[in-house]
Amino acid sequence: MMRKTLTLLAAVPALLLGGCEIGTKVVEQQGPNGVAIAQVKHKATMKIAAEVPAPPYELTADMRTGDRAKDVYQNVQVLGDVSVDEFNYMMASITEWIAPADGSVENGGCNYCHNPENMASDEVYTKVVARKMLQMTRTINANWTPHFNNNYGESSENAGVTCWTCHRGKPVPVNNWSARPADPRILAGNKRGQNTPLMQTAYSSLPYDFFSAYLAGSGNVRVSAKSAYPSDHVASIPATELTYGLMMHQSQALGVNCTFCHNSQNFAKWDDSRQQRVNAWYGTRMVRDINNNYISALGDVWPANGKGVYGNRRGPEGDPLKVNCATCHNGINRPLGGAKMLKDYPALHGGGAPVTVAAPAATPATPETPVAAIADESKPAV
Amino acid sequence: MAYQNIFTQVQLRGELEPGVPIGPNNDPRIGPFGFTYLMGKFGGAQLGPIYLGRLGVASLICGAISLVIMGMNMAASVNYDPIQFVRQFFWLSLEPPAVKYGFSVLPPLNEGGWWVIAGFFLTASILLWWARTYRRARELGMGTHVAWAFASAIWLYLVLGFIRPMAMGSWSEAVPFGIFPHLDWTAAFSIRYGNLFYNPFHALSIAFLYGSTLLFAMHGATILAVGRYGGEREIEQITDRGTASERAALFWRWTMGFNATMESIHRWAWWFAVLTTLTGGIGILLTGTVVDNWYLWAVEHHFAEQYPATGTVDPSTLPGAPQ
Repeated sequence: MMRKTLTLLAAVPALLLGGCEIGTKVVEQQGPNGVAIAQVKHKATMKIAAEVPAPPYELTADMRTGDRAKDVYQNVQVLGDVSVDEFNYMMASITEWIAPADGSVENGGCNYCHNPENMASDEVYTKVVARKMLQMTRTINANWTPHFNNNYGESSENAGVTCWTCHRGKPVPVNNWSARPADPRILAGNKRGQNTPLMQTAYSSLPYDFFSAYLAGSGNVRVSAKSAYPSDHVASIPATELTYGLMMHQSQALGVNCTFCHNSQNFAKWDDSRQQRVNAWYGTRMVRDINNNYISALGDVWPANGKGVYGNRRGPEGDPLKVNCATCHNGINRPLGGAKMLKDYPALHGGGAPVTVAAPAATPATPETPVAAIADESKPAV
Repeated sequence: MAYQNIFTQVQLRGELEPGVPIGPNNDPRIGPFGFTYLMGKFGGAQLGPIYLGRLGVASLICGAISLVIMGMNMAASVNYDPIQFVRQFFWLSLEPPAVKYGFSVLPPLNEGGWWVIAGFFLTASILLWWARTYRRARELGMGTHVAWAFASAIWLYLVLGFIRPMAMGSWSEAVPFGIFPHLDWTAAFSIRYGNLFYNPFHALSIAFLYGSTLLFAMHGATILAVGRYGGEREIEQITDRGTASERAALFWRWTMGFNATMESIHRWAWWFAVLTTLTGGIGILLTGTVVDNWYLWAVEHHFAEQYPATGTVDPSTLPGAPQ
């Protein structure tokens, strides 16, 4: 009897603590004292910076001179202004990043996108997609610099993305999303877009279709009231829950907690937030630009599921697989641990050198800041 | 054995005690049923008699209807799959009507109508049960303190599910029936209205809530500690020297200079408990109706600290920013 009681006494607290993470934590304070603005990381599971592949060979200054690709090859629409050598260097890199010929990808290698009989032909759909993705990458690096600008005090030169940032050796980046099938109008099987344990809501019962609302649609996360007293500001509790779902996704995608961006005493207030929140704000809009103006803009170029040799490129609702924060971030706040991979691939810079924007904290933005450019140039490049 | 604590006494067995005779206009009681050793470990060993009565029956029927509606809606959401019902139970919910239905009397059943009906029956059940606690107390010649304490909790319940949604003109402001969903509601509610911790009535409610647990621990500990002197027989001892009662009082006067009396400690406890939900209900009712952002309200009234600004600027206010 006594032994049973003792066993129970030992087992019950152990069971109650089953949800706790045991192990050393690393805590970094990032705000004023007493407001719990700190990042708590579990030491054993801290993400190590992902592997960054070396360039196929060194790109020398010599190689960047000489004939332009558009003059030597046919049907070069995006990288026409780089040298032939740099063009081939890029092609080799892209192959390694997306469809390597090492057997890990079916049909990997040049022929993943090209017809070997006629390299200029657009008959393989992946070549059309690759072109669009190159345009996208260059737009991101040229115009969405505010997303990378606040770079932990480091220079933001060469901060940006390459194909590898998302693809990591796979034709379809691992983290993606597509529209969720609509709930039935009847009661049976109707989850009302929530109340389902899913990773994207951090296993809460929050609404889960926030990707469509904020990363494709033009939803704005502005639910908290801006004045102390009731005004014309309207935001319902269900609308607030939807934004909460998006925040859970961002938190998971970056491996950070709420106070990475917010002062949780008042989530909405920008004055009390960390600079990272500005990055996130631009990031949300950048992802929307990517999804709408590059991925969805390809329309029927994406093969119907089950057709062709490339496997599924669309979700259950027939829309293409799209990007979210996790597509690049993969669970760390700085993709690839902040490696400046772009420096080896000048062709991906897009319109010249990246534009630097003074952090709004230091200098109020002037109309010349590139944010203005985004509005104009985020249209689909043809 | 040095002493035998009177609290852990041997269980007595004898004639079952049917209780005092009850007057006319009462329903018959059911039981008593018998003694159980296990119940005797927690309280009285005799089970029953229970007075169910018309109010009790009506309350149980309404409560059962309400629970069945909630359960069937949850089951429907997983296509009546019993395994998924159990696996996802903590996530499942009966959601209030959507924003577009406002505060209309009965939205379509599968779009919140069932929520309104379940809420109606749950409320009826609770109010009937309240009337029952009132009537039974009166029949026993007691005060109605239990009923009024219960009424305080009902006030908070009604504010959350009915009064505030009515004031806001929308059922969608109300709380879903579900385990995790009601917690998500709580979190979203606080975010939407600028952090409920800066709501002074919420603060009072927390103070009374935590105060209640403290008082409960102090009182329970005190009486247990003087159990060896028969401390639970408070009133019989109150005028005598050296009794459990006096020792308990002295203990607190020695440790904190003041003691509640055997009577007043129960008033302390009652008021702390009652004020928890009373102030909580006021705090919820003011949210969205009178105050839209509690943090900003608190800063305006010098109730919250304004931290030094970080210099972060809302990017949507910059010229040419994407929206």
